[in-house]
Amino acid sequence: MDFKHLLYIIMAAVFVNNYVLQRFLGICPFLGVSKKLDQATGMSIAVIFVMLLATAVTWPIQNFLLDPNGMGYLQTVVFILVIAALVQLVEITLKKYIPSLYKALGIYLPLITTNCAVLGVTVLNITEGYSFAESMANSFGSGLGFFLAMVIFAGVRTRTESCEAPDSFQGLPITLVSASILAAAFNGFAGVVETLFG
Amino acid sequence: MKENNKLCTLTRGIIKENPVLVLVLGTCPTLATSTSVSTAIGMGIAATIVLICSNIFISLLRKIIPDSVRIPCYIVVIAGFVSVVQMLVQAFVPDLYTALGVYLPLIVVNCIILGRAEMFASKHNPLDSALDGVGMGLGFTLTLTVMATIREVLGSGSWYGISLPFFSTYNIPILTKPAGGFFVFGCMVALVAKITHGKVKHTATGCTSCPNQEACAKLAKEA
Repeated sequence: MDFKHLLYIIMAAVFVNNYVLQRFLGICPFLGVSKKLDQATGMSIAVIFVMLLATAVTWPIQNFLLDPNGMGYLQTVVFILVIAALVQLVEITLKKYIPSLYKALGIYLPLITTNCAVLGVTVLNITEGYSFAESMANSFGSGLGFFLAMVIFAGVRTRTESCEAPDSFQGLPITLVSASILAAAFNGFAGVVETLFG
Repeated sequence: MKENNKLCTLTRGIIKENPVLVLVLGTCPTLATSTSVSTAIGMGIAATIVLICSNIFISLLRKIIPDSVRIPCYIVVIAGFVSVVQMLVQAFVPDLYTALGVYLPLIVVNCIILGRAEMFASKHNPLDSALDGVGMGLGFTLTLTVMATIREVLGSGSWYGISLPFFSTYNIPILTKPAGGFFVFGCMVALVAKITHGKVKHTATGCTSCPNQEACAKLAKEA
């Protein structure tokens, strides 16, 4: 397991398989919380944090608990419960011991349980057959990709908000169309990462 | 009058309260599985089955589930039905299982299902909830199919895998890419806004029907 391979996984997850723009996971927060840059940043950091934590917990559960006992079919139920419990636990712990961090991230945490990006990354790690290190790298890259998309789009949003769109395109439709242009821009990364690290 | 109400519960999911285009729920699976008509229909049916079953089940349990832990309870019920559907699809339609991939288990976090559980099933009797599930599921499937038709015909020049004469020579491949998904979806939402003459007000997302509304509202207040 060399470092280059892990770097390749991270880079591929950030640019080529960007969770928001290429895999359509986590669209709700992408459209909902990307209006202001500081909120977008806070949400993304909370997502990276929960993704890493969720992978660190769900990967051993799948490989040491469910698979050896032939209970792989419980994956969906167990994973979503683990994520929900984990988010609650993180919220309580932060509130008690690191109130400053809780103040910064706390409000985003309840939104993350039903964020499909978190469940998506844990399930994909298993279906791709990644090792523990690879899974962690993939989760980190995916979170980072989410962060990148959110921050870029927050910038785009501040411009579209102040523009005059045609009546029926106001609000959500124009946001989606600008997301489409951003997604098209990310198409350009296909192939670049393979050539650099592959 | 009563018959009318039942019919209304059933049909409003298709147009008036279309879950995808009006309530703006379940955007992720809509964008991801509308690249071809066959995956779109598969996804629509799978989500509809889960929606109907979980609506009935949650409606039956609505007086037993304590209010403070209702969301986790709903998630467990939904996850259970998703696992059932997942195993059925894997056993009987393995091709669809591979095509849908990760989006099949992700029905668990499809906001349409949790949203309907929270908005409707937890307040109404099982029969109404089942009708609501059927209507919403139909609305979801229809929207997915229409969107997939646009993307597949214009993007890859075929419909349900059948190659079409004119379109297969002059196709726009970007429509099958993620960028095309966002674009077609944006145009469809705009079209619905145009047809309804702005009667349907869109905020940036379908916050009114989202189970996370409370947390989000807190966020908006802080800003």
